[in-house]
Amino acid sequence: MSLSMYVATVARLLPGSLDGLARRVALCFTPDPTNIFAPEATPAHSIFGLSMLVLGICAGIFLVVGGLLLYVVIRFRHRRGYTVREPVQIYGSTQIEVSWTVIPILIIVVLFLATARIIFTTEMARKPADAVNVVVIGHQYWWEYHYPKLGITTANELHIPVSDPRHPQPSYLTMTSADTDHSYWVPRLAGKMDLIPNKINTMWMDPEKPGLYLGQCAQYCGVEHAKMLIRVYADTPAEFAKWVANQQKPAVQDPSVAEGRAVFMHNACMECHTISGTAAKGKFGPDLSHLASRDTFASGAVPLTEQNLRAFINNPDTYKPGVLMPAMHLNDHDLDAVTKYLMTLR
Amino acid sequence: MATQTQVAGVGYQAGAKGPGGVFLATLQDWVMTVDHKKIGIMYIVYALLFLAIAGVEALLMRIQLAVPNNHFVSPQTFNRLFTMHGTTMVFFVGMPILFGFGNYLVPLMIGARDMAFPRLNAFSFWVSAFAGFLLYFSYFAGSGLYGAGTAPDVGWFAYAPLTAKVFSPGHSTDYWTLSVLLSGVGSIGTALNIVATTLCMRCKGMKLSRLPLLVWLYFVTSCIAFIAISPLTAAQIMLIIDRYLGGHFFDTQAGGSAVLWMHFFWIFGHPEVYILVLPAFAFANEIIPVFSRKAIFGYPAMVAATVGIGFISMSVWAHHMFTVGMGPAGNTFFTLSTMIIAVPTGIKIFNWLATMWGGNIHFTTPMIFAIAFLFQFLIAGLTGVMLAASPFDWQLGSSYFVVAHFHYVLVGAILFMIFSAFYFWYPKMTGRMMSEKLGKWHFWLFIIGFHLTFDFMHIPGILGMPRRIFTYEADRGWASWNMIVSIGAFVQAIATLIFLYNLISSYFKGQIAGPDPWDAWTLEWSTNSPPPSYNFAQIPTVESRRPLWDIKHPEDPDSRYE
Repeated sequence: MSLSMYVATVARLLPGSLDGLARRVALCFTPDPTNIFAPEATPAHSIFGLSMLVLGICAGIFLVVGGLLLYVVIRFRHRRGYTVREPVQIYGSTQIEVSWTVIPILIIVVLFLATARIIFTTEMARKPADAVNVVVIGHQYWWEYHYPKLGITTANELHIPVSDPRHPQPSYLTMTSADTDHSYWVPRLAGKMDLIPNKINTMWMDPEKPGLYLGQCAQYCGVEHAKMLIRVYADTPAEFAKWVANQQKPAVQDPSVAEGRAVFMHNACMECHTISGTAAKGKFGPDLSHLASRDTFASGAVPLTEQNLRAFINNPDTYKPGVLMPAMHLNDHDLDAVTKYLMTLR
Repeated sequence: MATQTQVAGVGYQAGAKGPGGVFLATLQDWVMTVDHKKIGIMYIVYALLFLAIAGVEALLMRIQLAVPNNHFVSPQTFNRLFTMHGTTMVFFVGMPILFGFGNYLVPLMIGARDMAFPRLNAFSFWVSAFAGFLLYFSYFAGSGLYGAGTAPDVGWFAYAPLTAKVFSPGHSTDYWTLSVLLSGVGSIGTALNIVATTLCMRCKGMKLSRLPLLVWLYFVTSCIAFIAISPLTAAQIMLIIDRYLGGHFFDTQAGGSAVLWMHFFWIFGHPEVYILVLPAFAFANEIIPVFSRKAIFGYPAMVAATVGIGFISMSVWAHHMFTVGMGPAGNTFFTLSTMIIAVPTGIKIFNWLATMWGGNIHFTTPMIFAIAFLFQFLIAGLTGVMLAASPFDWQLGSSYFVVAHFHYVLVGAILFMIFSAFYFWYPKMTGRMMSEKLGKWHFWLFIIGFHLTFDFMHIPGILGMPRRIFTYEADRGWASWNMIVSIGAFVQAIATLIFLYNLISSYFKGQIAGPDPWDAWTLEWSTNSPPPSYNFAQIPTVESRRPLWDIKHPEDPDSRYE
């Protein structure tokens, strides 16, 4: 559905040499990381199948009714030399009215039954005993993740195992919100589900291929709603085990950055952030125990580099205007020290 | 009472030689009027003013979204823009413009001299007008004691708990709440008036089975408004209680329910769509037959379909909530009820096609707008069916696909029919024709801009772009589509400027229309253009649905077939 796909489609229609050229043009456009029509997990697949049926039926109706409209407009247009004063007046016909009531009803019965089937197979799917459980809590404007069985708490980058179709191991997300409404949407894995305070929702996903799946918050939740991005890493079993082992360790205590740790502990940082094994036990902001193991920070909005992190701590509004973290007004020395410390938290 | 006021107005005008002279006299005449035609025109002018404002808000948003990671406006400003754009377009453009045409046309079409309650009519208009200005006053006073003004930024459906004091300090949310609440008071007043007028003020022979379809549809719309606006008003009052009197209806931090607000809002919000779209159907029911030169096909079916839509529209609200976790039973029920509403809507489209079938179709400006309406409403209906399939909605809901879908309804169907109605009834309201040449320019530019914007807006939704984001990442493949959408928005803006120019210049220079420029069949065309304040010198008597057809064709009157 993107330009690249259109170009690729056109390419298929063209003879040899042009084909290669068009293919190269298509590659210039980035692939679509959040295309709902490129499903990679069961829930997204079953929605895709249903949507093709619905689209097909709707396209058929469009062609028939739109064609009729076109025919009527051309065939019965006013022509020069129309001599009759007025056309024959027809007031209606019960048979015709009945037919164009009954036919749509039949179409709707088909659509409804197909839809109901997907509703129940997705929402009532049986949960295997070895499913991975993740608790997701939405915050303005970041994601908190707990793995209750594994004893892991992390933020913003979700790691789940790839699910082998022969031994499905789906991941179940139990979701709520700490403040306003949010919605969890990773289009290539599953449809969205809202995170609502005082309400617990669940969704599941079973990615078929390892890799990074993108998404973002889909329910307006405040100023920085647009920068509340989602990154789901589908890991191979070995990668996932390695990731889990690392996350389960307490935070790194590197003596060479003791000064930076002191800055962190003596400022308000520790009021809002947790770093395991230290006095920092704040809950308002993301858990930073393994911050440096992530590719991004600020809910996926910024690549994690020392330079970016320093700029963010200096003034979070640089990257996310309206973010709830205040500028800490540290001097350059402290800023360097605390950034260096955080970059050691692998 | 009404007559007294009118007499007083006339008396003042007669002796208007005092300070201020003609201007003050005219002003007082309009401010104090209880004439349904003047109130109707005031509704329409007021809606056009807000259409321009909300249109500019849309353009600002489209500039911001034309390229990724843009800094044209701040996120705070962007969030205010989409809140104000949505609220304004629904409550202060859509409702007043449709009530304006209803006010003007319903009494004329049923052979009445005014609405049933002329003073209530004036009251409703002024309350609605005040509500609109109250909303925009927030730009100056929204932060109250906190400092400078800010407009509300909670979105037009203002989901809880974002509206709670802790997330929305200051008074901007209060301005939103109060203005929506007040506009509801005005709408209920006008709805009551239209129902009473339709039931009680019909001329001799105007049985319910002979009502022009426009009046039937306005009657049903008004009944829906009665039912739908009450939960909205209740929700706004509950929100005020939460914010100022320590209530906890929607205060999730004290055990309140965010989902409760959604139910209250959408029990209003979905019927509201039909409140807006039925008047558009109403215009089509009058305009398509006249320019096809045929009687409407299947009048009883059209009435039944309308009443059916009225009832079913009350049972579909939670299709806005397929992703809040209602569970499979709830999702299945609302999938079914939402799909069912496609049946009566389909009946309408087929009847319009059958009306045109075998006709002699004249491509006047009102008719080409109506044909485009049919085409676009067909597409909007089909994307609606897609969204009704709740699993599909789990992907498409809250994405730009939904934004494209409801703009297809609101612009592609409703606004196109409103433009059509302007070209059709402007001669009746002013006595002069609008320029056909400018009308064609308006039409072609607007339809090109519309399709550039709203056809291509579906695609970023399919590619995963959520609505209400002030900017987006460059690597998602959304950029080129958004650029096309933004270009289309400016083409529509140019077309709208042509329309506004046409509206004003035709008032002074347009060709004189005469009482019946379109050779039409309903009662409003039997009196002068513009009609005198008493509408009809003699109250007419009718014997069929098309009284003027009977007069023009005494050898073959409709009354013979009904």
